[in-house]
Formats: sequence, C-alpha cells, structure tokens
Amino acid sequence: MAVSLSGTLEGGLADSPEAAGARGRALRTFLRKPSVALSVAYLILIALMAIFAPVLSKITGNDPYSFNETALDAAAGGIPLGHFGGISAQHWFGVEPQKGRDIFIRIAFGARVSMLIAISAMLITTALGVSLGMIAGFFGGRVDQVISRIMDFLMAFPALIFMIAVLSAIPQGNRPLLLVVVLSVFRWPATARIIRGQTMSLANREFVEAARASGADRLKIVFAEVLPNLSGTVIVMATLAVPGFIATEAGLSFLGVGVTPPTPSWGQMIALAVPWYSTDPMFFAIPGMFLFLTVFSFTILGDNLQRWATGATA
Amino acid sequence: MTLLPYLSKRFLASVITLLAVIFLTFAVFFWLTPDPAANICGQTCTPDQIHAIREQLGLNQPFLKQFWAFLAGIFAGRAYGAGATAVQCSAPCIGFSFQSGTNVLTTIISRLPVTISLAAGAAVLWLLVGISGGMISAVKKGTWWDRGAMMVSLGGISLPNYFVALVLQYLLVVKLKLLPFPTLVPFSENPSGWFKAYLMPWIVLALMYAATYARLIRANMLDTMGENFMRTARAKGLAPAPILFRHALRPSLTPVVSLFGVEFATLLGGALITETVFGLSGVGKLAYDAIQSNDQPVIMGVTLVAAFAVIIANLLVDLAYSVLDPRVRVASR
Repeated sequence: MAVSLSGTLEGGLADSPEAAGARGRALRTFLRKPSVALSVAYLILIALMAIFAPVLSKITGNDPYSFNETALDAAAGGIPLGHFGGISAQHWFGVEPQKGRDIFIRIAFGARVSMLIAISAMLITTALGVSLGMIAGFFGGRVDQVISRIMDFLMAFPALIFMIAVLSAIPQGNRPLLLVVVLSVFRWPATARIIRGQTMSLANREFVEAARASGADRLKIVFAEVLPNLSGTVIVMATLAVPGFIATEAGLSFLGVGVTPPTPSWGQMIALAVPWYSTDPMFFAIPGMFLFLTVFSFTILGDNLQRWATGATA
Repeated sequence: MTLLPYLSKRFLASVITLLAVIFLTFAVFFWLTPDPAANICGQTCTPDQIHAIREQLGLNQPFLKQFWAFLAGIFAGRAYGAGATAVQCSAPCIGFSFQSGTNVLTTIISRLPVTISLAAGAAVLWLLVGISGGMISAVKKGTWWDRGAMMVSLGGISLPNYFVALVLQYLLVVKLKLLPFPTLVPFSENPSGWFKAYLMPWIVLALMYAATYARLIRANMLDTMGENFMRTARAKGLAPAPILFRHALRPSLTPVVSLFGVEFATLLGGALITETVFGLSGVGKLAYDAIQSNDQPVIMGVTLVAAFAVIIANLLVDLAYSVLDPRVRVASR
C-alpha cells in the first residue's frame, strides 16, 4: 500500500530567484486548479463531518450504535426496506442490513477515527523522519551509517504482513494508539531518506559554512539553518503520507485487525458489507466511495504540492 | 571497488538483515503471545497437559535459549521433545502449525503456485498498462491524453483493492453476468476456466502498480527525451518509432527494475488482501486464516518467508544493477 510518489523530490528543491518566482506563480495556479479546489473542498467537508459527528447525531436523531429493526425487511432476510439500501429522509445513506444502524452517522464517526489515526501518525512520522534524516545527513559518518542501516532494514521488511501479525497478537488495548505506533514505525524511513539527501546537499552551502565559521552550535545549525530550507519538502512528504495512512488503517480494519467494533471505521464497514455485496451493494459502495475520495483528494493535494515545491509549472 | 568485493559486501549485508528480521520476528511473537501452550491445548485442558506441551516445544526455556533453538532449526533442523515422542523437523525448519500440526514451510510451499500465478499474471498486466500508459502520457505531454492518464493513475493509486474487488464482482458477476464467481481450476484441466478465475484478482492486484509505473515511466521518459542523444537520434533521421522504443523507453526502464525490488514487499501485502477477498488459497490467504485462528507459527513463518523473499529480491536487483551500471559500485558506501 505504499505510494511511491516521492521519487522526484530527491533531486532537491530549486531555490534560485527565477524558481522562487515560478513557485509563486505556481502557487496561484495551484489554488485555482479545479482538481485541487475540489479536493480541498471535499476534505474540509470530511473534516467538518468528523468534528461535528456528535452534533450530526443529535440533529438526525440517529446514533452510530443503536440497532433499528423497523428500517429492515425481515421477510427478505433483513435487508433494508426501500430502495438503494434504505435511503430515506431519516437515513440519508440508508441503514445496515440485519442491524439497521444508520450508515451516514457511522460514516461521520468513522471519519473521526480515520482522521485521528492518520493525522497522529503523520505528525509522528514527520517528527521522527525529519529529525533523524537531518541528523544522518548533517553529521554523516557513524551516526549516518547506523540510521541508514535501520532505515534499510525497515524498508526491506514486509510491513503489512508484519503489522497484521503484531496487531493480531495484541487483542486488547487502545487500538487507535496501537495503529498509530505500528503505522509510524514503518513509514518514517520514507521521509527520513529524502530529508537526509537534501540535508547532505545543504550542509555544504555557504550559509551553513558561515554559521559554522561564526561558531554556532552544530545542533543549532541543523534546526535554525537547515530545517527552514526543508520546509517545502516536509510539507509535501507530510501531505503524501496521510492518504497512505488512511488506506492502510482502512485495510487493517477491513482485515479485522485494525479498529475493533463497536467503534465504526470505514474499512470495517466495507468488511461487514462483503457478505451482502450482491443483495445490498450500497452498503459497500458508500463507505468505499468515502474512503476512495478521501485518499484520492489527499493524493491530488500532495501531488500538486509536490509540483509546486519543486518549482515545476507542468 | 571491483565487482567481487562489492558483491560480497552486499551479500553480507543481506545476511545481517535476514538475521535481524528473524530475531525481531521471534522477539515480537515471544513477548506478545500470552501463552501458546494453552492456545494449542484448547479450552478443556488440564495444567498437566499444558505443562507437557511446554516441555515438548521448549516453551519453558528462557528467551535466548528458545531463540537459539529456533535459529538452529532454520539452519540445521531441530527435534521437538526428546526420546520416543520427539518430532523431527529438518532444516530449514520454522515449526509446525498449532492448528493442523503440519510443517509450516511445506504448507507455505504448497500454497506458492496460487500466489505466483496471481502475482505473475498481475505483473504482466501492470507492466503492459503501466508502460504503455506512461509512454502515451510522455509523448503527448500536456495534452488531455496526458492529463487524463495521470488523473486516472492517481485514482488507481487511491483505490483500496478490496473495494475494487467488490465493485468488479458486483458489476461483472452479479449485474452483467460476464464472469463466474472465481473458483480455482488447474490450468492443465481447463485453461479458460483458470483464466476466468484469475482475471478479476489480476486486475485488482495490478491496478495500483499499473498506476505507479505509469507515473514513473512518464517522469523518466520526459527526462530522457530532453537528453542530447535524443536530439542526435532525431538529427540523424531515425524514424520516430525506433527513437521512442530504443532510445527513450529503454533507459527509462532501468529505474523500474529497482522499483520492483522495493515493491516486492508491498506486493505480498496486496496479495494477502486480494487472495482473502476472492478466496484464493495462496500464501496470503494462509496468513489471513492463521491470523483468524491465532496460529502463531504459521503467521511467523509467512512473515519470515516473505522477508526472505524481499531480501533476495533486493539483492538480485542490486546485483543486476552493479553489472549493468558500474557507477553503482563506486558510489556505494
């Protein structure tokens, strides 16, 4: 489930005056681009849905856990009453077969879990990846070798199978926290590798030499001189990490080792829909589309940010 | 650095990585598994029986001793228990299933043909679609063809494969009735049935890779097409097709080789989900079933075999590279 979009970043950011101008222009075109505008709008919608999920629950009068047999057709084996999976004024996206729980409100609460996990994992991987990548790239030598070895090791690992194995071995505990930890452990090298490369090229530039000559502390140089020059890359890497986390969390929950019931999650909802795919296709189509569009929007955003950061106008 | 020292250095690094993987996997299962003996024994089990199982599997030994026995089993084989009841397990031994009592490695090997058929078919599909898509995009850069192809490929990267599997099944099997529900038949008995059974799994597994490869090929070809030798080729009057295939495509394919080594790891994860959704009894399904039934030796075995495959794939890619491109050897640490 790794998304390898980061390849073109390794060449480093262009920061000549022309390139900076091109970047400014690109930022304006970036925000005006329909695909970007739509993605941002969709993500804002999802964020609002996640934040106000309890309020939405009050307004619609549906909560994510209560069963509702009156919305089901008992004679037909418990499929939702009405067309398209029981879509009605009361149940905007229909109800679950057999249980009758409201799908819209479960999507909203699922968005909460999904976003919380993805954003926490993004923050941790960014912090780890940036600091370790900078340290490896700036100090070189032994430190670099140790960090690089660990990164090679983690990247050669069949991460998904291992994550599934670890998560299945720990049946209890705080699942979202566990997911954040497991996701972060395998993802930070992707960020660190690129940051390391860029730090290595920045380390020999004049302004770093100047700081060094003026007797600044080495760690201070790293964070005060090198880090600000990496901000573009950091933003791009962070944005590109989010869709991967959302997709992986959903995949793990789909396989039954991620977020555990009754807490709703999109992947888990799709898993519940598998036995019903021929009789009630809306049940998998709705969470599937929400998941796809969220990952897609983040990917579009990351892809465009990357072009903007590298100064490309294409 | 000449070739031989470089190769031995890479080989040594791979061996160290492999040992580290074995240690980490073993340690994780050692610390995370509450009580394997009770798990094997089931619910109606006396403390004596549990004790006997612990004794036979060596579970009452300290961590390092157990790890050493496990490692020795992989490289030299081992025996579980002692005396007449001892069970021999020849090298490479990664243990016996808690559920079925079968040798884990033999089970994995017996499941390989399905996973290889799945992965190989998907690879053909994603290379065809990815390379042609990337080429069209690069040649028609900036046109609607290019934009469309790149938007579709971003979509392909974003689609969860289990969701695609459900959509395909619903559309092709339930609605349009174009395909039967995938049931495996041997290729030798019924080639068209075999093909039909694998068609949807191939598409599902290939989708994300086709999209990734298309983007990569496009970027590489655009780089290559700006090179001087391309201008020379055009200037000497070479026809567009040989320019495209011999001069532009070929150098753009080399990074694909290295990508394949890296993606091998994610491929196994993708195969796990695809096999589970379609009920194909490959290695991925084996791992999934083992997870459902808490069968640690099998989960551990699949993790190890997968890690081994990834390490070998990366080593082969490095070797191919160092033979093809001597600069790699010089640049290596």
